[in-house]
Amino acid sequence: MSVTTSNPVPAQGEFARFAARFAEDRVAVFGLVLLFVIVAMALLAPFISPQNPYDLGKVDIMDSRQPPGAKAGDGFAMLLGSDGMGRDLFSSILYGLRISLTVGVLSGVLAATLGLVLGLIAAYAGGRIETLIMRIVDLQLSLPSVLVALILVALLGKGIDKIILALVVVQWAYYARTVRGSALVERRKEYVEAARSLGLSHARTVFRHILPNCLAPVIVIATVQTAHAISLEATLSFLGVGLPQTEPSLGVLIANGFQYMLSGKYWISFFPGLALLLTIVAINLVGDRLRDVLNPRLEK
Amino acid sequence: MLAFVIRRLAQAFFVVVAMVVLVFFGTYVIGDPVWMMVPGDATQEQVEEVRRTFGFDQPVYMQFLTFLGDVLRGEFGRSYVHGSSAIGLILDRMPATLELALAALVLAIVIGLPLGLFAGLKPDHPASRGIMAVSILGFSLPTFWVGLMLIMLFSVMLGWLPATGRGPTMVILGIETSLFSLEGWRHLFLPALNLALLKISLVIRLTRSGAREASLQDYVKFARAKGLSPRRIIGVHILKNIMIPIVTVLGLEFGSLVAFSVVTETIFAWPGMGKLLLEAIQRLDRPLIVGYVMVVVLLFVTINLIVDILYSALDPRVRLTGSQS
Amino acid sequence: MAEPVLAVDNLATHFFTRDGVVKSVDGVSFTVAPGEVLGLVGESGSGKSVTGFSIMGLIDPPGRIVSGSIRLKGEELVGRTEAEMRAVRGRSLAMIFQDPMMTLNPVLRIDTQMMEAVQAHEKVSDKAARDRAVQALAQVGIPSPEERLSAYPHQFSGGMRQRVAIAIALIHRPALIIADEPTTALDVTIQSQILAEVQKLCAESGTALVWITHDLAVVAGLADRVAVMYAGRIVEQGLVDHVLDRPLHPYTHGLIGSVPGEAMPGKRLMQIPGSTPSLGRLPPGCAFEPRCSRAVETCRAGAPPLAQGSQGRAYRCINPVPAEEAA
Repeated sequence: MSVTTSNPVPAQGEFARFAARFAEDRVAVFGLVLLFVIVAMALLAPFISPQNPYDLGKVDIMDSRQPPGAKAGDGFAMLLGSDGMGRDLFSSILYGLRISLTVGVLSGVLAATLGLVLGLIAAYAGGRIETLIMRIVDLQLSLPSVLVALILVALLGKGIDKIILALVVVQWAYYARTVRGSALVERRKEYVEAARSLGLSHARTVFRHILPNCLAPVIVIATVQTAHAISLEATLSFLGVGLPQTEPSLGVLIANGFQYMLSGKYWISFFPGLALLLTIVAINLVGDRLRDVLNPRLEK
Repeated sequence: MLAFVIRRLAQAFFVVVAMVVLVFFGTYVIGDPVWMMVPGDATQEQVEEVRRTFGFDQPVYMQFLTFLGDVLRGEFGRSYVHGSSAIGLILDRMPATLELALAALVLAIVIGLPLGLFAGLKPDHPASRGIMAVSILGFSLPTFWVGLMLIMLFSVMLGWLPATGRGPTMVILGIETSLFSLEGWRHLFLPALNLALLKISLVIRLTRSGAREASLQDYVKFARAKGLSPRRIIGVHILKNIMIPIVTVLGLEFGSLVAFSVVTETIFAWPGMGKLLLEAIQRLDRPLIVGYVMVVVLLFVTINLIVDILYSALDPRVRLTGSQS
Repeated sequence: MAEPVLAVDNLATHFFTRDGVVKSVDGVSFTVAPGEVLGLVGESGSGKSVTGFSIMGLIDPPGRIVSGSIRLKGEELVGRTEAEMRAVRGRSLAMIFQDPMMTLNPVLRIDTQMMEAVQAHEKVSDKAARDRAVQALAQVGIPSPEERLSAYPHQFSGGMRQRVAIAIALIHRPALIIADEPTTALDVTIQSQILAEVQKLCAESGTALVWITHDLAVVAGLADRVAVMYAGRIVEQGLVDHVLDRPLHPYTHGLIGSVPGEAMPGKRLMQIPGSTPSLGRLPPGCAFEPRCSRAVETCRAGAPPLAQGSQGRAYRCINPVPAEEAA
């Protein structure tokens, strides 16, 4: 996104003020720190996990379904126990986080880009194009995302690329609607008139002047939507129509533990779910605060 | 008012048509169902046989017209897997899903409304902060995982409630329901609570912000100046104002409850149409998928219509503008 | 003089905000005799509305009445429980609000809102309550009240809504009505109608009136006595004619000078320089001193004491406007 050059991007002092406002809410700061820790752990998974759960040479079937804290055959303690295949659950979760976060962030970025472009086109072009785009947006938003994603994934088949595609389809409309809304407001403002009268091209007016001013709401939506996407992917994977066993996201891990649940081996589903929950809570806490800070209407 | 209803009907019609087209091309273009219906070692002749039987050898537009005719007659063909009428299968399962969704909606209101009202009227009370924290958590909790935890806690560890299935049902006014036996309620409670979870948070938030806004309005101060009791002010003046957004949003959310019941029904083995859909998806049972989507779209459109009319019934200002336009 | 309907003595209402204590009302005293109309005048933020709400017992946290006394027909209101206040509100003490668009609940019909006012204080049947509502509407000059009763507020104009609010306030023939700028939001022509109506109705029922306003012209036409508030204090009070003809406090003098009709033709309108001070950070001396043209050194030393004159005349100034300037 071409944001870096034009003036409405917060300057140094503005960013400091923004950070200070954000930090007023301790819970949100906690969420931010938690999010950093989670992302760092996911990124560093190969270095900090006691076992590579997908290296068949390292996994011993004799270690399967061990409760939290049990010692593995290799001698390390399995903090959160092990799953039905004898994989250390803590390690599986770290690797699973990588996949879940990747799917969430990638689908978020793609959906945001698509929504931004279509939203800007709708706001700027107006007329029939706008009507068409907004009708599709309305239709999309009137259907529950879980249903649309479920049917798309059912038709497309399993695979990380397909699930990302499905998540983009269910998310883009939120961005498009918001961007159009704020772009319409921005478009009426004087500086756009000024930019036009200077003879700037349409593209330049849109991307240099309108776009940067629509970014605040997009950032807020992006946090909420990314959390939603991660949750949705986990749901689909849990239902067996999302990611395959070869891409074991948190949802796949939880699904794998489901069969052991009724026999009281709760940890195989519980801990991946807890990781999922913490991730989503962290993102939502940050998103909530961002909405408060970035929304000028709420500012006192 | 009439013009308003007609306009809304036209909109609803547009949505249904768009969905018919989308569904048809979605299922036609993506995936060839024939391969799901023949054994792996089938000969070319057998495949062609199946293709002819189900009309897949016709050109696309012919298939679309056939499909359109079927939709108009409410006929979506026979389920590949079950061999019986798809729409019949879906309608058989519908009461169970509606029962679940309705129970979830009621739970969401019964739990969410008082909590939200409290948090909105006493925003500085420590309990209000607790309620809001819980509601953020409720928004974040992945439904399916909470379902697992509910089973683990109430069924496996405490053994209080059954983990799966629906209780005994009986037919009341032509509808099969499990609401008239204790066992039925015992089976219903966990899945309904699970499904209600997200909506509880939503109701809390809506009620809280509505109550906060309303309690600062002059009409509440004026009502107090009249010497009205707090019960009357909250129960009539504030509640009637915040019921408008709540009814609107919840009505629209009912559709999403039906959709989300796919997840809950799968976890709790609840024999509704959501579970049927998931089975159909796993086996690429096209008539069932198409039938389900069309039924749900119709359900949605109907709900939206009802909500709009309810909305105008609740808010006198809308009623007026509706009759003028 | 008969026993006053309302006696406010040394009332102080403070708001305990995160940025400090805001002394919205700080040592206000006045009385209202039966049937009398008192004009309570001041700029926005002077504490006049807070005074009104304090009397009604409608101050919400973070605000609180910290000291003083409010006696209605001799009975102390400060320190009463909410339930005890509720028995008074709407019955012997009523209030009319500034914006008629906001005071009636938009989703309830007029009859609901009027009947509940009746039934809040009297155990009467719905039928009887409805009849009372019809009478009250007719009294305030609403045509075909029977029909209008089942309408919703948005079907009324602003002036009509204010009449409904007045009807509700009068429904129990209260001893005192507090009117918080009830005509400010209305058109000028409607304003004078409402003014005349209220004046007539209060005279008929012997109801005393505290009319809160920033508009001296309204006070001149309506009130018997006037109290001028500035920064949470009453800086001058007395009979309307006395105060308006011969203001003693420079602030009152300035207010009168800034009313277009009062100034001499051709003469420039007077202005009070500066703006209302923040109530959180008042100067130690007279609050008006920074804006006052007559300020002297001693004004800064401490709050000026109350100087009493005859016929309830009182003012807080150590260097009052001399007679020759006031005219």
